[in-house]
Amino acid sequence: MTLFEYLHFIILPVLVVSAVLILWRFIKGPSIADKIVALDLLITTGIGVIAVYSIIYNQSTLMDTALILALIAFLSTVALSYYLEKRKRK
Amino acid sequence: MIDIIIGILATFGALFVLFAAIGLVRMPDTYLRISVTTKAATLGVGLVLMSTTVYFSNADVTSQAFVIILFLFLTAPVSAHLIGRASYFIGVKLWDKSVMDELRGKYQKNTHILKSVVDDTPEDNVDHTKMDK
Repeated sequence: MTLFEYLHFIILPVLVVSAVLILWRFIKGPSIADKIVALDLLITTGIGVIAVYSIIYNQSTLMDTALILALIAFLSTVALSYYLEKRKRK
Repeated sequence: MIDIIIGILATFGALFVLFAAIGLVRMPDTYLRISVTTKAATLGVGLVLMSTTVYFSNADVTSQAFVIILFLFLTAPVSAHLIGRASYFIGVKLWDKSVMDELRGKYQKNTHILKSVVDDTPEDNVDHTKMDK
């Protein structure tokens, strides 16, 4: 088994299964804070998937996308928690 | 030999991301979920990015991957603290088997000021009774 087969048939399915589990928590999550945490973790898992894809297709340019996704994850979490804290309780 | 190192790093990275996902599903409380995901997922993604540096092994990808790892290590605690603070203020309930809540009666709901002693204005505190089961 070469490295590319190993990455393609073992590592990527493990990451996809974890993404599906996180998506289940994102849909189900009892409070809105759970959904924000699940969204943050989903984007972080996407960084890992992009890194594995950059190895498989031998494209080092894909790492730029991973950097942008890391920025977006932090920014979205900060913005959503800020508005969650400032809104009026009903 | 290089392939074996890449495989080991990617395996541990994917396993830690999977552990973070299982913890996110299995943990009973919002605060415990934040505590699980902010550590395990950061370590897992960091290991996967290390495997890309071993594979490409030039200065471009190495510096870029280290920038991503540094950014994740810097921002994961900050975002976890922000979302934990916001979820404490909006009154997310603790697990019913939680043994202590050190912030009980110290955060003021209207002014968002943390006091070091518990004062005698209970109507101003954040409501944090345990989960009703």
